[in-house]
Amino acid sequence: MRPENSYGQQPNPYPGKLFIVEGIDGSGKSTQLALLAQWLRGEGHLVIFSEWNSSPIVRATTSRGKKRQLLTPLTFSLIHATDFSDRVERDIVPALKAGAIVLADRYVYTAFARDVARGVDRQWVRALYRFAVTPTLAVYYRAPLDVALYRILSGRPKLKWYEAGMDLGLHPEPNESYRMFQGRIQEEYERIVPEYDLASMDATLPVEVQQRALRALVRPHLKGVARDPHGATREIRESVRP
Amino acid sequence: MKRFESHGQGIPGTQLGDLSGWLIVVEGTDGVGRTTHVNKLRTQLEREGYAVAETGLTRSDLASRGIRRAKQGNTLGSNAFNLFYATDFADRLEQQIVPALRAGFVMITDRYIYSLIARAIVRGADPHWIKQVYSFALRPDAVFYLRITAEDLVPRVLADGPFDYWESGMDMPMGEDLHDSFVNYQGRVIRELDELALEYGFHTLDATRDVGDIAGELCERVTGLLSRRAAGPVA
Repeated sequence: MRPENSYGQQPNPYPGKLFIVEGIDGSGKSTQLALLAQWLRGEGHLVIFSEWNSSPIVRATTSRGKKRQLLTPLTFSLIHATDFSDRVERDIVPALKAGAIVLADRYVYTAFARDVARGVDRQWVRALYRFAVTPTLAVYYRAPLDVALYRILSGRPKLKWYEAGMDLGLHPEPNESYRMFQGRIQEEYERIVPEYDLASMDATLPVEVQQRALRALVRPHLKGVARDPHGATREIRESVRP
Repeated sequence: MKRFESHGQGIPGTQLGDLSGWLIVVEGTDGVGRTTHVNKLRTQLEREGYAVAETGLTRSDLASRGIRRAKQGNTLGSNAFNLFYATDFADRLEQQIVPALRAGFVMITDRYIYSLIARAIVRGADPHWIKQVYSFALRPDAVFYLRITAEDLVPRVLADGPFDYWESGMDMPMGEDLHDSFVNYQGRVIRELDELALEYGFHTLDATRDVGDIAGELCERVTGLLSRRAAGPVA
């Protein structure tokens, strides 16, 4: 495949900045992103949060597909790309045009890792996401599989069918299936990090140490970025969750 | 050799080796008479003893409702719409088309990836990209393209009621009013289908001819195709 027909050829042409975090469940990336948002808002920047699966129209189809187990690796991939595309057109690009800082908890790399772990063709899924803007900075939270699994599974979660990768028939027991599925996803991430030059973070370090490192990565990109007219006095809506 | 191949890497997790049956596509723009011809063809083939199954755009279990809702408010981004249609197609390919072929049916599809590619290109999608998205699709045994010009299409569509918002490309829009937008939009879609016809080797049928003549030719060509090969995987 010619690389110009694949994801990664559309550098962010807008005045805003796009910072994204990636990693398997339990890597601590969401906590880090929430802390980053607090800091950026405190500095008076206009910050927009963008999450997976947030387009209201597509969400109804996705949740129906999940609930009734209608999704195959192919349709799972396509419905998430549909949702993501709507998010790009509706949230991310307009905010970047307006000069805002957009923070995304998971981005195209989640689809690359998860869909390929499900058996979707590696090059096809990269071509599928060609429309996506390349982030200003992408950080991968690297956690040993056991650590991440312990963080998730020690809370006795009720894992959902697709979340546990039960559709792949790896193991009849959800927790064990989840372990195997997350292992596959992690392998894919390790391939993606050098391919797209993601910054790596050691997710076993103390939270505040990681946060200092993240802010150091972000700071050089903040020159000339728009400030929120209501500045640091705006109430912070996203709380930091454990 | 496998009976069916995909345009690209195939369908994840699906073996194509055990498919038999036939995949027949009827293509053409909105209001050109595809449904009429699909019905006639189906009846004729069943008379001759073939098991026939049918599918068409937005008839998937997974995505049809969502697409209908999204069309009502025109609140979905245009690229997201392209991918929503691709989701609907993929679901029908996996849940309707592949099982029918596995069972040895003649699968007639009222439009296939080509109309979806054409409408996406007209809405600004990169042609190479959208073809790559659909590269998992199976290559049909034959594609019959009912061709008409936008000018000839206008009186036919009007005879069935007012212009449809989406069939007139009003989401963009492409003219001062419904009529102008319809003519411009359909003209663009037809141009794209014409190009795809060359690229993918469609059998083009002049849709302005007598309906009975077209049906006769379509039926003759399809039965010719079916009789050249008994159902079952080709060794």
